[in-house]
Amino acid sequence: MKTSIDQYIDLYRDNRDAIDAGSAPVINALRPSALDALKGRRLPVKGDEGYEISSIDDILAPDYGLNIARLNIPVDVAESFRCDVPNMSSLMGVVANDKFVATKSLLRNIPDGVTVMSLAEAASRFPDNVAKIYGKIAPLDNPMVALNSLLLQDGVYIHVDKGVHLDQPLQIVNIFQSEVPLLAMRRIVVDVDDDADLRLLLCDHSHNADINYLGLQIVEARLGKGARLDIYDIEESTPATHRISLAFVHQTDNSAFLGNTTTLLNGFSRNNYTVDIVGEHCSTGLYGMAIGSRNQHIDNSTVINHRAGRSSSNQLFRYVLDDEARGAFEGLIEVFPNAKFTEAFQTNNNILASQSALMHTKPQLIINNDDVKCSHGATTGQLNNEALFYMQTRGIPRDMARTMLMQAFMVDVIDTVALEAVRDRLRHLVEKRFDGTLCACESCRKLL
Amino acid sequence: MKDNDKTNDIITDATSGDYKYGFVSDIDTDIIPVGLNEDVIRLISAKKHEPQWLLDFRLEAYRYWLTLEMPHWAHLDIPDIDYQAISYYAAPRKKEGPKSIDEVDPELIDTFNRLGIPLEEQKQLSGMAVDAVMDSSSVKTTHREKLASLGIIFCSFSEAVKDYPDLVRKYLGSVVSYRDNFFAALNSAVFSDGSFVYIPKGVRCPMELSTYFRINASGTGQFERTLIVADDDAYVSYLEGCTAPQRDENQLHAAIVEIIVEERAEVKYSTVQNWYAGDKDGRGGIYNFVTKRGLCRGDFSKLSWTQVETGSAITWKYPSCILKGDNSVGEFYSVAVTRNRQQADTGTKMIHIGRNSRSTIVSKGISAGESQNSYRGLVKVVPAADGCRNYTQCDSLLLSSRCGAHTFPYIDVKNPTAVVEHEATTSKISEEQLFYCNQRGIPSEEAVGLIVNGYAKEVMNKLPMEFAVEAQKLLQITLEGSVG
Repeated sequence: MKTSIDQYIDLYRDNRDAIDAGSAPVINALRPSALDALKGRRLPVKGDEGYEISSIDDILAPDYGLNIARLNIPVDVAESFRCDVPNMSSLMGVVANDKFVATKSLLRNIPDGVTVMSLAEAASRFPDNVAKIYGKIAPLDNPMVALNSLLLQDGVYIHVDKGVHLDQPLQIVNIFQSEVPLLAMRRIVVDVDDDADLRLLLCDHSHNADINYLGLQIVEARLGKGARLDIYDIEESTPATHRISLAFVHQTDNSAFLGNTTTLLNGFSRNNYTVDIVGEHCSTGLYGMAIGSRNQHIDNSTVINHRAGRSSSNQLFRYVLDDEARGAFEGLIEVFPNAKFTEAFQTNNNILASQSALMHTKPQLIINNDDVKCSHGATTGQLNNEALFYMQTRGIPRDMARTMLMQAFMVDVIDTVALEAVRDRLRHLVEKRFDGTLCACESCRKLL
Repeated sequence: MKDNDKTNDIITDATSGDYKYGFVSDIDTDIIPVGLNEDVIRLISAKKHEPQWLLDFRLEAYRYWLTLEMPHWAHLDIPDIDYQAISYYAAPRKKEGPKSIDEVDPELIDTFNRLGIPLEEQKQLSGMAVDAVMDSSSVKTTHREKLASLGIIFCSFSEAVKDYPDLVRKYLGSVVSYRDNFFAALNSAVFSDGSFVYIPKGVRCPMELSTYFRINASGTGQFERTLIVADDDAYVSYLEGCTAPQRDENQLHAAIVEIIVEERAEVKYSTVQNWYAGDKDGRGGIYNFVTKRGLCRGDFSKLSWTQVETGSAITWKYPSCILKGDNSVGEFYSVAVTRNRQQADTGTKMIHIGRNSRSTIVSKGISAGESQNSYRGLVKVVPAADGCRNYTQCDSLLLSSRCGAHTFPYIDVKNPTAVVEHEATTSKISEEQLFYCNQRGIPSEEAVGLIVNGYAKEVMNKLPMEFAVEAQKLLQITLEGSVG
């Protein structure tokens, strides 16, 4: 039986030269092993361990277009400026479908010691630097990584030199723009050297609400000793946009990583975070919030591998699901035998607001060592009726009281955002989302 | 530092005690040759003089089993099991129908005496009705007459098949179908005996019903089946104990327990599982792959599982509740202790179908040595189940740096009015607690015992009185030296 992987393998075989030609040797060099890794494999289907509600195979089954010939699909880069966060000056790059476009302001303002460029360009100019990370952190035995590596042509390469602190956050706006259904293979390679500091804001948008888009994005990040990386990932796309995003993070001694993923509007999203802590005294935070209504499908999965001791990790994921929305959270904390003095905590709270919404939760602990403090907690329920009643007695209409409680529910996640402007923006978006006025990417609709 | 070492030594000693039920009884046993095929199933059925419908049930299960593969999703390292190398039937050879206790093989009585089972007449005063299952065959059931006067049926499974075929046929496989899983299919094909309990409408069973399972013959597997039916407004508390002798090879135990709870009825099922766990290097021991499930069919019905798991080389079981009736209640209390190279993957499933059904899960894992102890549980709320409530707490205590404690809870909620909570913690015995005990004059050894017993108390309290004492003793033996 043919699985959806086969069509991509066929596509690769038929267009091998064109795919290679549109890319760089370092990226091309990984394709044979990616092909081997895919042979005889299938993509996860619903019901597989770890994929209780999401069938990746079905998501990749439709016949999407893939811009192998590197046709220049015109993208109005200026549009993306509307995704600007008010009161925050950021360096902005745009990924149009799968092609990186540096804005003029980025080229003008990029500080010394920071490299932000197209992955294909970086792979040609600094092949050694790219090869050090590309394909080294994201494992090919994950079929989605293998598929991405097989067909990837371009992406974003970010490098922060040793000891460089970037004051401004770097914002990468992923935009889908095409008149036909499109699949984009995206890759973001982040290398934060020792004692360097980077805050990365990723925003997902789709320009045409009626066209089906699918993004398969892999993030590979390396944190040097004492490095710090924050990734804020905000998805406000359309119900026709599907997204599979896998982030792989490699942390060495004294590094700090913070991942914050927000799903406000989407069609189907599967977000994986895999953090490997190989150094001591690291801190890791993974936070997420998801607001789902109608047919939204939001599936977050985290794996934190404590391979070295004296590190701590914290996770908090909150979901509010309405209408027919489906949510899943799977979190795994694995503490390896030598990772003494590990502290790892995980919390997942969910509110189901309708009869047909569903939530699947699986917080897991694998502990192989006794000198640890680990806990996880998960709750699924609804808004507290007494709180609602109390607010009504104080003259607040029930609907407003509901909205207020749901906003309050999300505050703990929003508060983990270190950038004040992004925090304010998220609060604003969450407020709009709950009172129903946010029904498409707000800034793209020039509402601000 | 020195104190710390001492504490570690004590914990090590405490967690590597020997197995006291390791004796073998020299009882004349009827074992059929190893291997499994349709003829073996026909032979088992013939030996038990079973009706045709039961043989058909077995054969159907066997044919289905052939299509299955051994599942490997559990967090367990299970060596390959050769299902053709096991003898599927071993029964103590009985004289023709023992009418009184005198006719029962004295060796057998001795075996049960050593196990402390009140099988003999004078011990019946201790107020417990016992059905002892030795190597899959039920040996003797006590207190039958008194129970019969209340209309309670408590007998071996094969007797039930003979005497109450309609009841057995009505309920057999109604909760755990042979299509349920690999081991359920295997058990349905080859089960040899077990217990059958029927509590009629409105009857409160006046005493604890108890079954002791013991695997005695070597090279055999044990495949028993327990079927408990509590009719409307009935109540029964059922106890199950398990032991096995020390042997080098691994033995397979794949049982099925089915419980049906009708309207307003209540069943309390307690298990103290102490199968032989293998030696310090992980040689030998029982593979305990059990399917236990109860159906709370009636409104306001209640099913409570309590288990103390200290034995078995590998434990793989998830006593579950299907809460079908409105306002039904499911409970699961578990203490699982693993040491040396034992592995356990155990937990429960609470499936909320009825409105306002409630469930509580309290699981306490204690791992020592190089053992692996996992909690795996499912809480599921279907769309129509309004007002459900679940509370899950699973704690793990680690007593060595080489052991593992894992938690895999699955939570599936499809109804917005449900409140589902899960919390889990993992930690080792706190040095502050030990220090505090030391400072009050309690030696480290006793302190470890105190802390472990205190940790397990919440579950121990749920056991029936007589059993609680036994379970506490077992915990003491298992963590020998740690209890003052």
